[in-house]
Amino acid sequence: MSEQGPSEPKGRGDAWTEERGTSDTPRAPKGAARSGLSDTPREPKGAAPSGLSDTPREPKGAAPSGLTSDEGARREDGASRAPGGERDNTAPGGEREDTAPGGEREDTAPILEVRELTVHHGQLQALDHVSLRVFPGEVYAIIGANGAGKSTLLRTIAGLHQPTEGSIRYDGQDVTRVRPERRAISGIGMVPEGRRLFGSLTVEENLQVGATYARKGPWTIERVYELFSWMKDRRAQRTEQLSGGEQQSVAIGRALVANPRVLLLDELSLGLAPVVVQRIYGMLPEILATGLTVLLVEQDVSQALRVASHLQCLLEGRTTLEGKPSEVTPEQVEVAYFGLRTPVGEGSEEP
Amino acid sequence: MVWVNDIIQGILVGGLYALFACGLSLMFGVMKVINLAHGDLAIIGGYIAVGVIAVTHIPVLWSFVIVVPLMAVLGYVLQRSVIQAALDRSILTTLLVTFGLSVVIENALLEFVNANSHSLGVNDAIITSSFSIGSQISIAYLLLLIFVVAVVVLTGLQYFLSRSRYGRMIRAVADDREAAQLSGIDYRHVFGIAAAIAFATVALAGIAYGMYSQFSPTTGTDTILLFAFAAVVIGGLGSLWGTLLGGVVLGVSQAIGAQISGSDEFLAGYIVFLAVLVLRPQGLIARKATS
Repeated sequence: MSEQGPSEPKGRGDAWTEERGTSDTPRAPKGAARSGLSDTPREPKGAAPSGLSDTPREPKGAAPSGLTSDEGARREDGASRAPGGERDNTAPGGEREDTAPGGEREDTAPILEVRELTVHHGQLQALDHVSLRVFPGEVYAIIGANGAGKSTLLRTIAGLHQPTEGSIRYDGQDVTRVRPERRAISGIGMVPEGRRLFGSLTVEENLQVGATYARKGPWTIERVYELFSWMKDRRAQRTEQLSGGEQQSVAIGRALVANPRVLLLDELSLGLAPVVVQRIYGMLPEILATGLTVLLVEQDVSQALRVASHLQCLLEGRTTLEGKPSEVTPEQVEVAYFGLRTPVGEGSEEP
Repeated sequence: MVWVNDIIQGILVGGLYALFACGLSLMFGVMKVINLAHGDLAIIGGYIAVGVIAVTHIPVLWSFVIVVPLMAVLGYVLQRSVIQAALDRSILTTLLVTFGLSVVIENALLEFVNANSHSLGVNDAIITSSFSIGSQISIAYLLLLIFVVAVVVLTGLQYFLSRSRYGRMIRAVADDREAAQLSGIDYRHVFGIAAAIAFATVALAGIAYGMYSQFSPTTGTDTILLFAFAAVVIGGLGSLWGTLLGGVVLGVSQAIGAQISGSDEFLAGYIVFLAVLVLRPQGLIARKATS
């Protein structure tokens, strides 16, 4: 990641500027080419919205192409030769794009499936019939502005909020009414927003608490010390004394030692310096290599685009965009993110 | 020499006060529950001991073998039912609920036992006697025993909290309930465990008080709860060693007050209590901030 990091944002950046520079209002050609995309900013939610938003990922019946390499390799591919890759993908009318991951996904059942989830905070509706399906091995990114409902979605999946409507299925089982600690034990791990470490406990004790009900798996406290090399020497320190980035690392370690199957990452970048964010996201491939599935929420769009294999944008509690990062155009993201028809707030997504 | 004796007596009584206070301190530290029924529960422990001894004729000193587990179970059950239900509403509700519990316990005792004083008479000569150092210092074995028990309980509790798996879970839950849930910890169960431990110490406090003095249904609120509060506030909320120090400071100031004038015993204790509240509201040993 540290190697592809620099090359990727450059490619993205080019695309952004190019798009902004050339086409102002009607971006028909590109949008049309990527037909598989579900750009559904104001979807009427009455008629089978889940079907709608799922369309791009539904298999077209075609045999899966040879693109079965792991997400990391694919991402690297797409990143390093962004313009060429895009043309490649768009040529067959989005068909190939869909079948490649679609076919791969079809082989396995979704590990996490959220259907028509509606959540209220008191009178306020935070989520409005949001659906998503996360398949094993994916990095599923949910982006959106402040208050879009991203964190609520993640917290509801972890069990910290009760939905007013809809269901959550994990590993084929309905867990909508299951208590959060039971979900954690069954393999839904979470790094909560703001890290939420046990402040009066040491680094090691935080990890030990995380490992209390650990499932069997590759992650141990020692392994976490290997991942974050500084940590072992400072394991006897209280986490209150650590910097923000270090605390975030401990929070990730605490979630990992439980050996979750699905890891929910809530705004890893929050309150951290960009360099630190880069470093933490740089750890992601190594974490994914152990067979985890990641569902992450991120305000920082460029960061999310860099790591995600699937993207979903929320706006005011609704899904406004869904697809693979390579499928979506920057202005689609912009519209979905801000809910505006004309691109404004230039550059505000990119730190 | 009189003063030295006073201070020594004060320190020893301080052990009893620390025993009163540590359950209160633990429940506040972990669940943020200020248990206003704390003193009455200690008295219940005393009455259970009276009953157990009457039925089984076991020696008073061994009554804790039955009373402590009984109270621990009661603690777990009360926490998981009444107190948790109050906690789910708000912290303030727990104040009301435990106050209500206190009133209920007191009146139930008046109704079903009676208003007479009871005590747990120790017939063992080694316990009832005392030994002297010099001509003016006389130390009762019972008080010494209570002090030792208090130190052992607090040391054990400290060790349990800092070293054991459950202790770690208790501290984690006290720090951040939700984050603990995300690690698979059922905080309600952990609260129950903490309450069970707190009630076990409360049972010891009740038995110790019954041997040291005598109790009636109202002793819980008018003596034990007040002294427990004073000890906790003087020592510092949530700090176990602070609780011991608070108990000792309270005991010593009472002893000195009594020496000045017999009627100033409790007044002196409360003056120190107020002075600490004004001058050092976090207590003598402040718990390292977690929130």
